[in-house]
Amino acid sequence: MADLTTDFLGIKSPNPFWLASAPPTDKEYNVRRAFEAGWGGVVWKTLGSEGPPVVNVNGPRYGAIYGADRRLLGLNNIELITDRPLQTNLEEITRVKKDYPDRALIVSLMVPCDEESWKAILPMVEETGADGIELNFGCPHGMAERGMGSAVGQVPEYIQMVTEWCKQYYSKPVIVKLTPNITDIRNPARAAFAGNADAVSLINTINSIISVDLDQMAPEPMLDGKGTHGGYCGPAVKPIALNMVAEIARDPATAGKPISAIGGVTTWRDAAEFMALGAGNVQVCTAAMTYGFRVVQEMIAGLSQWMDEKGYASTADFVGMAVPNVTDWQYLNLNYVTKAKIDQDACIKCGRCYAACEDTSHQAIWIKEDRVFEVNDAECVACNLCVDVCPVENCITMERMKPGEVDPRTGKVVTGDYANWTTHPNNPAAQAAE
Amino acid sequence: MAHGHQASGIAAGRLPEEDIAANFSDLHAPYAPHEAAVAADRCYFCYDAPCVTACPTDIDIPMFIRQIQTGQPETAARTILGQNILGGMCARVCPTETLCEEVCVRETAEGKPVEIGRLQRYATDTLMAQDVHPFTRAEPTGRRVAVVGAGPAGLSCAHRLAMLGHDVTIFEAKGKPGGLNEFGIAAYKSTDDFAAREVDWLLRIGGISIETGKSLGAGLTLDGLTGGHDAVFLSIGLGGVNALRAPGEDLPGAQDAVEFIAELRQADSLAALAVGRNVVVIGGGMTAVDAAVQSKLLGAENVTIAYRRDRASMPASRFEQDLAAAKGVKLMFNVMPVAILGDGAVTGIELEYTAVQNGRVAGTGERVTLAADQVFKAIGQTLDGAPDGVALEGGKIAVTGAGRTSVAGIWAGGDCASGGDDLTVTAVAEGRDAAMDIHSALTA
Ligand SMILES: Cc1cc2nc3c(=O)[nH]c(=O)nc-3n(C[C@H](O)[C@H](O)[C@H](O)COP(=O)(O)OP(=O)(O)OC[C@H]3O[C@@H](n4cnc5c(N)ncnc54)[C@H](O)[C@@H]3O)c2cc1C
Ligand SMILES: Cc1cc2nc3c(=O)[nH]c(=O)nc-3n(C[C@H](O)[C@H](O)[C@H](O)COP(=O)(O)O)c2cc1C
Ligand code: SF4
Ligand code: SF4
Ligand code: SF4
Repeated sequence: MADLTTDFLGIKSPNPFWLASAPPTDKEYNVRRAFEAGWGGVVWKTLGSEGPPVVNVNGPRYGAIYGADRRLLGLNNIELITDRPLQTNLEEITRVKKDYPDRALIVSLMVPCDEESWKAILPMVEETGADGIELNFGCPHGMAERGMGSAVGQVPEYIQMVTEWCKQYYSKPVIVKLTPNITDIRNPARAAFAGNADAVSLINTINSIISVDLDQMAPEPMLDGKGTHGGYCGPAVKPIALNMVAEIARDPATAGKPISAIGGVTTWRDAAEFMALGAGNVQVCTAAMTYGFRVVQEMIAGLSQWMDEKGYASTADFVGMAVPNVTDWQYLNLNYVTKAKIDQDACIKCGRCYAACEDTSHQAIWIKEDRVFEVNDAECVACNLCVDVCPVENCITMERMKPGEVDPRTGKVVTGDYANWTTHPNNPAAQAAE
Repeated sequence: MAHGHQASGIAAGRLPEEDIAANFSDLHAPYAPHEAAVAADRCYFCYDAPCVTACPTDIDIPMFIRQIQTGQPETAARTILGQNILGGMCARVCPTETLCEEVCVRETAEGKPVEIGRLQRYATDTLMAQDVHPFTRAEPTGRRVAVVGAGPAGLSCAHRLAMLGHDVTIFEAKGKPGGLNEFGIAAYKSTDDFAAREVDWLLRIGGISIETGKSLGAGLTLDGLTGGHDAVFLSIGLGGVNALRAPGEDLPGAQDAVEFIAELRQADSLAALAVGRNVVVIGGGMTAVDAAVQSKLLGAENVTIAYRRDRASMPASRFEQDLAAAKGVKLMFNVMPVAILGDGAVTGIELEYTAVQNGRVAGTGERVTLAADQVFKAIGQTLDGAPDGVALEGGKIAVTGAGRTSVAGIWAGGDCASGGDDLTVTAVAEGRDAAMDIHSALTA
């Protein structure tokens, strides 16, 4: 069986599945049970400075969007960092780490953006024996208004500065957790590494209003008739997180640097995808909050089954494998010509491909007698919309045209040569072909 | 003397009252809102959806299902009722397995169609429970239309005409409106007096008066009706029954199935209704299945349906056959009655096995005798009391187009008219379409 053991920044864990800093990791009771359930590591719920802890709202703090059967697709929260005293958390962290030396235990931190505050808390964290720290530059609500969380994460200079302080006053690995509420994720990542961060982790939650109560005319979750924006997470955010991870993984300034991926990881497959895009491990929050700690067992079994099928002995074998295949649009091969093809035996004749193509795309699907749906190659631009809307998996496929064939849409002979936009005659900035 | 199940002859009280009540509860329980949302989500919102083509009333099924999915069963109900004013009843009684659901692409894909009928019921029940009638009348036209027969065809025609501003009088021979919705449909398909409630709700459009106890042919004449009205719609159903033409068919205990079902539907107490210990039903349609199943549900010990052809030829759908079998009814194929046996009352029935020779059913000579206290004849209904002067075709009132008879100014639809299946939903469609045609004629 595949070996799921991971080494992330020298921190070993029996599998790459860590719980993200959030309610599942808010206290000793949870974390012990999480470890018993099989989680490879946890990032403890974010700690703040010594003194009176923050307070949370006393009404609802989560909202959700659902699929038809109330399958939770996205979660939004207005929770703050831990609302328990610092000392309590530190004592618990110390005890738990001692009892679970084989698991990763990272402490998440968010303190005001001044050197004193960091200097004060870091030695206390060091003493717990935890394996590293994660800097929470991500929370988009509540803390940002106080100049912490995403308010710091949106300013690369601050990120670098705080990271440098941490590297100065703390001896173990420093992970910088990034907020996605920013235009270009590469800038904060570069800043973190410029400040000598050991790794970045992403994404934290996305600024969001999850829904509006149309009777009370207020956003949800609602307290006394009012709501506020919160942080969005869960399966729905995965595509955004995947892209951000990939951007960092292929940015020449940060390529090859360790990444801990977060955002919508719900199954083994999600984890494998993030890792293929360069993440050394993954962190999970919403999936655990939806299904409980036991979900990790599916992730573990699924990932090792897949690795066995593919012949990967350890996670390092496939981490980053997809990164070289992520490119910019301008480098995509414009001579790669495909046509949609409908498998008539699999087709159930719903006509969705037709409606989609006829109404919103290229009028390239015929509806023939007896509801036979066929692609008109002379119009098909291979956009893939029909594939996406067809309810039957693999019923519509994209078939590549062979070199030498004539594309009936363009009347041109398909060539086997690679050519992209940079050299295309329609590109005003095209480099002259040699 | 044995009681309950084993009581001999035709007797009431074969089952405790609670069991009978449970037996006659809803065949398909109504959806709870979440179930409806999940069921609705299975619909693919097909293009030019095959289910719509298969619905005789052309309900925009993907649209109403989507409206349920977005949390508005009321809007969904308007979509349904705009096409089919008896959408509530049709949701309960349509043989969906041979109509809309048969051609649902999910039936093709996985042998499990979207449950269109149940979703339709969810939508229409929701609206009707709010005591809302979703349509209003157009400005009165001053035109008057006579509708003969208050079954689904007549009610549908009357509602549409009233909506268009015409004044409608329905003449109904029986003491109650509803036609077979009230007197024929199996009790477990139309529970809680739904047929009567639906008629009351339908009449809220206004402009429709129903005169019960008024029968064309007995008191009313076609000339009288055409004289006092701008148009006449005939929707008298099939009031007659085919005779068995076997010795013994007049013995006490031998009865028309439709008559038994009508008694059952009108009974104040089902527990007080008598049924045989051994029941044999002759026939193979929906009426045969309904008579057999309901006999079983009343507590008959042995119930057999004897059908003269093979299973594939049976007019009752496979779903109906399986329902009968599941309730404990025995299905016998390729047998025909030779004689109903008994001395003063039915005690048995003699059947002969059949084979199809040159396309005709013929006896093979092999016979079998079954014990029977009660024999129900369900071998088809016939047109009874068609007015003179209106041309017939194949035993029904000949119609062309949207229900036009051979006589100008007279339309016909539903079971009494030629063409179409004898189904509630077809009757509704024909009534509606005739109303539109009458409207065009009256406003031309
Ligand atoms: C036992 C049984 C079960 C059935 N089950 C189903 C089912 O599950 N699903 C389904 O889709 N279909 C079913 N059907 C068929 C369905 O009931 C009929 O197709 C439908 O009722 C036809 O409607 P209609 O309006 O044409 O006629 P009817 O419903 O028969 O209504 C005709 C009306 O006209 C009245 N009338 C008759 N003669 C005169 C006259 N001379 N003057 C005045 N009024 C008159 C009658 O009293 C009656 O009220 C069943 C039929 C039977 C018999
Ligand atoms: C209720 C809640 C509270 C959270 N609190 C924190 C926190 O204190 N510190 C932090 O770094 N991230 C916090 N997060 C963000 C998660 O750690 C994680 O980055 C995010 O939820 C995306 O992962 P997911 O899609 O698996 O949930 C919180 C998330 C939720 C839902
Ligand atoms: S969407 Fe798929 S199943 Fe539906 S008609 Fe098109 S090819 Fe067939
Ligand atoms: S009326 Fe009958 S056939 Fe038409 S959609 Fe409804 S259940 Fe199906
Ligand atoms: S055929 Fe089935 S899936 Fe398609 S629109 Fe009709 S009910 Fe929906």
